[in-house]
Amino acid sequence: MIEFQNICKTYRVAKRQAGFTNAVKSLFSREYETIHALDDVSFRIADGDIIGYIGPNGAGKSTTVKVMCGILTPDSGTCLVNGKVPWKERASHVKDIGVVFGQRTQLWWDVPVIDSFELLRDMYKIDDKLYRKNLDELTRLLDLSELLKTPARNLSLGQRMRCEIAAPLLHDPKVIFLDEPTIGLDAVSKIAVRQFIKRINEEKGTTIVLTTHDMLDIEALTERILLIGHGKILLDGSLEELKQHTSTDKNITIKYTGAAPTISEGMKMKESKANQLTISLDPHILPVSAAIAGFASQTELLDVSVTDISTEEVVAALYKEYHI
Amino acid sequence: MKSYLSLFRIRMINGLQYRAVALGSIFTRFCWALMEILAFFAVHRSNGGSFGMTFSQTASYIWMQQTFILMYNVIDGDQEIEASVNDGSIAYELARPMNLYGNWFTQCLANRLSPTAINCLPALLLALLMPAPYRLSFPGIMTTALFLASTILALGVVGAIAVLMHITMFYTTSQRGVKIIGRAVTSFFAGGLLPLPYFPKAFGRIVRLLPFAATQSTPLLIYSGSLTGADAAFAMGLQVFWLAVLAALGYYAMSRTLNRVVVQGG
Repeated sequence: MIEFQNICKTYRVAKRQAGFTNAVKSLFSREYETIHALDDVSFRIADGDIIGYIGPNGAGKSTTVKVMCGILTPDSGTCLVNGKVPWKERASHVKDIGVVFGQRTQLWWDVPVIDSFELLRDMYKIDDKLYRKNLDELTRLLDLSELLKTPARNLSLGQRMRCEIAAPLLHDPKVIFLDEPTIGLDAVSKIAVRQFIKRINEEKGTTIVLTTHDMLDIEALTERILLIGHGKILLDGSLEELKQHTSTDKNITIKYTGAAPTISEGMKMKESKANQLTISLDPHILPVSAAIAGFASQTELLDVSVTDISTEEVVAALYKEYHI
Repeated sequence: MKSYLSLFRIRMINGLQYRAVALGSIFTRFCWALMEILAFFAVHRSNGGSFGMTFSQTASYIWMQQTFILMYNVIDGDQEIEASVNDGSIAYELARPMNLYGNWFTQCLANRLSPTAINCLPALLLALLMPAPYRLSFPGIMTTALFLASTILALGVVGAIAVLMHITMFYTTSQRGVKIIGRAVTSFFAGGLLPLPYFPKAFGRIVRLLPFAATQSTPLLIYSGSLTGADAAFAMGLQVFWLAVLAALGYYAMSRTLNRVVVQGG
């Protein structure tokens, strides 16, 4: 259980104009700007949930994760993770959590991965039997057997990321924070990582907090989404609710031979290519069936597909709506 | 405790694998020592030995100093710690169930011990093979044992000073300034440039009490035979004192600092 109540965190950032003169000036007097990374943030996450935490760059996602990990101390507000205040009981708190910062590495660069894992075993005082069991399981699920003996510096990004994700699971954490775990991965690796995350959540009941910019991650994994912007929680709900909130429009793509069909009221042209047309349709004005029937009467249809607007579009619309 | 031993182990493994670095360092240290010894030879010849140390004591001092230089070095060798604060990977260290002071202190010790472990035997062998007055002389089992004990204490003091210096990184983005000052101070007052017996008498007496003398000066003077009996015991007592004071200070400073830490780079 994670409880976040009225958390605020500000940073002071030194600012200066470009150029040599300004660099010299800044040696004597500096202008600071206060940035409200988190501004009265409250939410609650139940055990066993998978939460997608989204927002544009600089919205405060990483700061939230770092507060929950006990790395940063907020200016005000209260936070309880598994009944503990992270930054006050840091050492005992971090035993129950696992964390992956997708942009950094926790593996020792010049030594084989297995050495890093054994160090983690000793740091977290993992029982030998449990360590064996978890290592075997992770090796199987993430296909690590070849990688464990290789120094981290010789691994490709995808290989390394598999090891990075295995590392925080060795000690059976109750909560795991994944900060952009699929960043820079190819399609196959992304799918493997997603399946693995889902499986860990289902089998072990691990609570997962996922921050990402990849909407496919969100679609594949999360039931609930928290949207943050300018340090405030803007929306909290399921992906479906977010879609409803933004737009109920449908995308219709048709392929045809013969005359190009004209669009009628309630449709908006999105893309028109040779013998292919994509429109967005407001189903309150014109039902989907009527739209398709209309096209069929004007031309010969080869193929029709109807989809909801994509998650990418939903999120882009949300960012626009909230000016973030 | 096991976690610290394990961290120490991985740091040692990490440091033990660079052969070219080890070879290069043995060679440069050997040349440097030879040059210094020749300079001292000239000084002693022109001024009939009215210093606090004889020439052969000085030669032993320099050989041992150059052999163990990486271990007595306060400033260099902890690139990973510096990088972790600079680029923000410190976030991972903070998310471990380990005290960051202990973590850093352990790494500082291992960073200094691992290169020394590779370098010291060949370097000692070279020094022992030199012709008579320039040679490293062997002072006997007891003195050597005392030297080793004092070296371990010195390593502890070096580690404690190094961690204090690394803590300043949380306040100053670039550590260059701290390093430049630190290098000058820790080397000069520890007898890194000139052994402390060569200092003017009154000044030398004060310098001997500073924590820097508790680093390389004490073990080297014990080995070369210019610090014996009650003086040696007093100097080693000071080492214990400074180790305790500096470690306590660092521990306190670290816990104060972590409350206001900012992680760089998003």
